Amino acid sequence: MNMKKNRFERRHLTEALMKALMRGSFVIVAGALGLILWTVIARGLPSLSWSMVSQVPKGGYYMGKEGGILNAIIGSAYLASGGTLLAVLLSLPIALYLKTYLGESKWGGYVRLSLDVLWGIPSIVYGAFGFALMILFGMRASLLAGIVVLALVELPIMTRAMDEVIRRMPADLEQAALALGSTKLEVALSVVTRQMLPGIVTAILLAFGRGIGDAASVLFTAGYTDRIPTSLMRPTASLPLAVFFQLGSPYAEVRERGYAAALILTIIVLAVSFGARFLSGRLNRYTVK
Amino acid sequence: MSLIRARTDSPFRAAAAARARKDENARRAFFVITLLPVALILVVSAALFVRAWPILSVYSPADLLFGKIWKPASGQFGFLPFILGTVWVTVVGLLLVVPPCILVSIYLSEYAHDRTRALAKPVLDLLAAIPPVVYGVWGLLAIVPFVDDVLAPLADRWLAAVPIFRVTQPTGFGILAGGIVLAVMIAPLIISVTFEVFLTVPNDLRHASLAVGATRWQTIRTIVLPKVMPGIVAAAALGTSRAFGETIAVLMVVGNVPNIPTSVFDTAYPLPALIANNYGEMMSIPLYDAALLGAALVLLAVVLVFNILSMLALQRMTRRT
Repeated sequence: MNMKKNRFERRHLTEALMKALMRGSFVIVAGALGLILWTVIARGLPSLSWSMVSQVPKGGYYMGKEGGILNAIIGSAYLASGGTLLAVLLSLPIALYLKTYLGESKWGGYVRLSLDVLWGIPSIVYGAFGFALMILFGMRASLLAGIVVLALVELPIMTRAMDEVIRRMPADLEQAALALGSTKLEVALSVVTRQMLPGIVTAILLAFGRGIGDAASVLFTAGYTDRIPTSLMRPTASLPLAVFFQLGSPYAEVRERGYAAALILTIIVLAVSFGARFLSGRLNRYTVK
Repeated sequence: MSLIRARTDSPFRAAAAARARKDENARRAFFVITLLPVALILVVSAALFVRAWPILSVYSPADLLFGKIWKPASGQFGFLPFILGTVWVTVVGLLLVVPPCILVSIYLSEYAHDRTRALAKPVLDLLAAIPPVVYGVWGLLAIVPFVDDVLAPLADRWLAAVPIFRVTQPTGFGILAGGIVLAVMIAPLIISVTFEVFLTVPNDLRHASLAVGATRWQTIRTIVLPKVMPGIVAAAALGTSRAFGETIAVLMVVGNVPNIPTSVFDTAYPLPALIANNYGEMMSIPLYDAALLGAALVLLAVVLVFNILSMLALQRMTRRT
């Protein structure tokens, strides 16, 4: 009897111990997020000022102590919006084709697998690929090359996210439209796209957030400059690279700019992330449940 | 059908034919675009292979992969220090991240309130959304000093006899710092994949076990965990491929010295960092650019293998239920 009671207690002790370990792990993960945000805010906020966001660096981004990071803010906006736009133009047809024609077939599985594989390819490899293409075409680092490579990085993220929401669409809706005599294209464009708008918007914002934060892919392709690009063929600065390069500078003033850039980048990414959630909630009101 | 056709007049029929044509054209265009992802994998591999060919045709793969010396100016292109650097950082990161992530996903799938689960989602989303370079900043400002001030003295005091914990350099930059940053970066990926895998275990099994008097943890250990093991391995493989290719964040904290590491406190120089750091000089030394694109090819090959295997395993697991 005594032994039985002991075992009973021991397994409950184990239970409590494991539960504590799990809670602890969860707290560590959540705490890491808090710590990261705290570090970036605490270090970046003091260096943030109006001149930081309204001026380009004076006397070079690496050595010049004056000026701000406007070049990187504008450059990142150009790069990420261009890349996202290009990615939407490719993603939406792929997601619709997957839904309308491939469905859950074997080929649908292959396309999804290849998208997942593309998602897993490191962005530095995309950067190297872009670099190889640029040599082939005799191009130099430019806004255009950066946009194309970012679109490739964003494509799988966006398409898979769209595919996930489109797949969950009620089948009745599609069948009702088909029964009324719509062609598959009409169903795809006016029924599926409208019904899935919240999910599609979220997917686009998700990919935009990934695109604007990616450093390794634009390192080779978009280059870096102190100026704001005036054409697609000019090199362009970007926020992640502004952080990366300026933190390596020997001057404290320049490093401050790097911290400010990190804070601005974090704010943009968090705003996009929250915006995606908020928008999808709002837009959800107009869909058929 | 014939009834409808009899009543329709010809302008309507012409319009229907035009719509059908448009539908067919769109189908073709969409089909071509859909081939893009499949083709892209081949095109990326082929492009890197072609650009790396000059060096592959001069040196044997074994010379490149196992060569210990990296001196491009004198024609020595040994990738071994970089490959080992990547492996060390990846392994340290995975060892740090996998156990807590399994615990967190068990907690979220088996124990947590709906409210906790609702709180966990934005936390994971935000962790996943934070750009790598911001992780790098955090690593520089928080982790490198932490390794230097706290972990290194502790290891020096208690673990000095164990070779892999020998403290070798006094700055905090190194494999451990890289591993910690990497661990936090890939945590959201691993948690969300393992969480999905836990959800595939049917509730009947849990109920049966609980009904015969097992505690929750006993149920998890004896019933749930064995069932999800393949999924956890696949999640870890997915994490491995992500960790292998992570560039900027690791590059910022790992020290970037092409030595062969023997301790977690050593500096390392991972493959992605090698590519990123030297892109500017690629064109000036013969075969240099081919060597760097060859490094990208190695990276791609490793990532593809890990990725495809884990995807197939996960697809099979989730299809079964």
